[in-house]
Amino acid sequence: MPFIPHTRADVSEMLASIGVSHVEELFSEIPESIERADLFAIPLGISEMEMLRVLSNRARQDELGPCFIGAGCYDHHIPAAVWDLASRGEFLTPYTPYQAEASQGTLQLLYEFQTMMSSLTGMDVANASVYDGGSGLAEAILMAIRCNRNTKSKRVVICGAVNPFYLRAARTLVGSQGVELVHCEHVGGRHAVGLDDFGEVAAVVVQQPNFFGLLENVDEITDWAASKKALLIAVVNPMTLAVLKPPGDWGEGGADICCGDGQPLGVPMSSGGPSFGFLCTRIKYVRQMPGRIVGRTTDSGGSTGYTLTLQAREQHIRRAKATSNICTNQGLLVTAATIYLSIIGLTGLSNVASASHANTRYVVDKLCASGLVSPTFDGSYFHECAINLHRDAQGVFDELTTKHKILAGFPLGEAFDGLESSLLVCATEKRSQEELDFFCRTLLEVLN
Amino acid sequence: MKSEATIFERSRTNRAAGAQVPEAGSLADIPSRFLRESAPLLPEVSELQAIRHYTNLSHQNFAIDRNFYPLGSCTMKYNPRGTHRAASQPGFLNRHPLTPVGVSQGTLECLFELQEILTIVTGMDAVSLAPMAGAQGELAGLLMIRAYHQSRGDEDRDEIIVPTAAHGTNPATATMCGYKATEIRVGADGDVDLDHLRQLVGPKTAGIMLTNPSTCAVFERQIVEMSQIVHDAGGLLYYDGANLNAILGKVCPGDMGFDVLHLNLHKTFATPHGGGGPGAGPVAVNGRLVPFLPIPIVGQRNGQFEWFGEEEIPKTIGTLSAFMGNVGILIRALAYSMMLGRNGMNRVADFATLNANYLAMELERAGFKLAYPTRKATHEFLITLDEEAKQFGVRAMDFAKRLLDFDIHAPTTYFPLLVPECFLIEPTETETKEQLDEFVKAMMQIRAEAETDPRMLTEAPHHQFKKRLDEVKAARELDLVWKPDSD
Repeated sequence: MPFIPHTRADVSEMLASIGVSHVEELFSEIPESIERADLFAIPLGISEMEMLRVLSNRARQDELGPCFIGAGCYDHHIPAAVWDLASRGEFLTPYTPYQAEASQGTLQLLYEFQTMMSSLTGMDVANASVYDGGSGLAEAILMAIRCNRNTKSKRVVICGAVNPFYLRAARTLVGSQGVELVHCEHVGGRHAVGLDDFGEVAAVVVQQPNFFGLLENVDEITDWAASKKALLIAVVNPMTLAVLKPPGDWGEGGADICCGDGQPLGVPMSSGGPSFGFLCTRIKYVRQMPGRIVGRTTDSGGSTGYTLTLQAREQHIRRAKATSNICTNQGLLVTAATIYLSIIGLTGLSNVASASHANTRYVVDKLCASGLVSPTFDGSYFHECAINLHRDAQGVFDELTTKHKILAGFPLGEAFDGLESSLLVCATEKRSQEELDFFCRTLLEVLN
Repeated sequence: MKSEATIFERSRTNRAAGAQVPEAGSLADIPSRFLRESAPLLPEVSELQAIRHYTNLSHQNFAIDRNFYPLGSCTMKYNPRGTHRAASQPGFLNRHPLTPVGVSQGTLECLFELQEILTIVTGMDAVSLAPMAGAQGELAGLLMIRAYHQSRGDEDRDEIIVPTAAHGTNPATATMCGYKATEIRVGADGDVDLDHLRQLVGPKTAGIMLTNPSTCAVFERQIVEMSQIVHDAGGLLYYDGANLNAILGKVCPGDMGFDVLHLNLHKTFATPHGGGGPGAGPVAVNGRLVPFLPIPIVGQRNGQFEWFGEEEIPKTIGTLSAFMGNVGILIRALAYSMMLGRNGMNRVADFATLNANYLAMELERAGFKLAYPTRKATHEFLITLDEEAKQFGVRAMDFAKRLLDFDIHAPTTYFPLLVPECFLIEPTETETKEQLDEFVKAMMQIRAEAETDPRMLTEAPHHQFKKRLDEVKAARELDLVWKPDSD
């Protein structure tokens, strides 16, 4: 019996103690009229060895060559120590740290995480995670509407090149709360300030670098949002903030809420999940922030310690009036990210960012030099770039995948009308010189 | 007790884990207005320092791998390491979410199989694996209920009924779906008050959310009647799968009359809780809700596994995450299901229930008061420490904190709220009889201390890394991020 430790003697003694003769009697309160479960269609159990044989075969089947897709999920190097540590049973198998005295390890780690994320984003505070970038955007939108006391409007303006996958999920998640999401068209890949009049607006959402890898004029957009008395929600890739201006410093007054996906920080791609979403904000809005928050305090002996705080915001206390229904979040991935940020450190993260950018630029420059490819949009990009193949990008992508096992980028036509010939490419610091050259050569061969 | 310094206090300018730092690239092409002016506060430590710091921190955690963890409603069963190994293989870990299906058949086959297994164990018609946690499954479920009513032009239903003892996520989810949560009374025997239900239901009722076994830790015996009453009124039944471990292999929610449910794979299917996630909260539905399932779903076409999205499921409520939920967790749940098989699954509820009933009986023998003494325990049970509280001036929380000194994680305290000074105790099927006996012994000793030396409880814990933490101070003097001058 897998994982059940009872001996026959145990079972007899336990049944005797309870005063029944068979386990089945313990279920006597289940009405007879309910049909008993029939699991016959499920195969019989197998050993760990056999299970690993089956699943290893399937995993091997999905192995591919180098990845040049980003689009919200990135193939960075993860130091060996990160998951060695995160897989320790003491991090892997506890519950949410409600019993603070028995959870100081996780709680202190979360406090360190909040510190790192606040500093990276230039915001005052961070929470202990939401599910992913998409749910992070949804929670940021709902939070902004709660925070904005200047207007009763539930209209939120979304700049054109915000991650379409985040936006799609956010539409589902906020859809039944009367929120109006106004998605602007991008102009040349960027947001054009001041072209439209949206009336009263609760918040403006902008992504930096945007989904196309382009650098938006975030200072101008932030000031424009402030002039409209709307809150500014920044969607960011935390890795890039080692070198890019943090949302807290944008424009005159900075962003109000910052969200995104923490996957680049030590989390494997794993088909897109589990990763974690993060939320950061100004201290004055902290009581409107959903999710767990850890505070530093003292114990009854005067020693420094950590505990979950501001729990009156949360569903287990506030019930129908909670800031969100979120309960379980993505704790283990935050553990990995905190360890990642500690090991990779200040210099390391900055170099990961600049090296990823340099690799992407190398690929883009080399491809464009051929004359077969050109940048889809003008202007500065970071770490990711849309290139125009001047023919159906999906077809080229499929050919590179099936024939050469290279994931050549994200064919933008899947998400944006009019960009059917563009591929969004990304080369992280993990791509070797040989891989970069192989990629360029193979892509150009296909185009030729 | 010595505190572990923060990682920031160990940091020194220009120190680094050299083997991890890639060569810098040029940023000369980025205009300076886009660049950061001052460095962020990130640690500058050696690899060994980081490893030692987080290893030491890990020692300050209780965990299933170290401690008995009878946290009611959380199903803290053993998390098999083989499942972690299975999901940690390069082919799974390195798969980009936008990889085409043609070269992702291994992953998709895993997800397809898990959909099939979960459909069978729940007795429903179809499953979507998209929700990333139980609470998101609840949201998806209520959005489907909403979409169902709207598709029939039944627009006025704006109430969701939840028992007073429901998990906090239930009413919170109702609000997130734009519904009003109305509460239904629970009777003295732990079953829902049927007369009250009859009064509450009507043309405004969109549905009802229930756990069964209920949050009072007893099987809701009138479930068939309840289903009838709610369905007759035009509402649908939502099953909160938090307590599915109690009935796995015994009865299916689909056969109790539920229309939609979520499963917590981090409970019933033994994926690790990770100190607060990740979870996974797949939703299962019967025929009337299939058209509304969240996407993507794995389907089969021409002998190949495919993602089914808006094209195949045009009435879907939509996506819930950027990509496809917590795939890594779903693979772990499949690995667990494969090792259990139908024969193993049939035993989960048996032994979870045996352990709970044994522990309840032994505690009652030792003089503790069961909240519902006439009822059978399910996979968990409630005791009330109300008498001890009145007699000795100690609270359930004091018992809980003292248990930590016995290296036992506290049961769930003060939930559900309608039972005073309660412990919700869930031993799970993976604990030995010896462990349960130790728990009883610890509880007896603690009660003896309550009588003779209550400070042993009120000042507990005594042997942990910290004494009791000042939560009031934490909330009043918010200290949420470390600052160089804060020590």
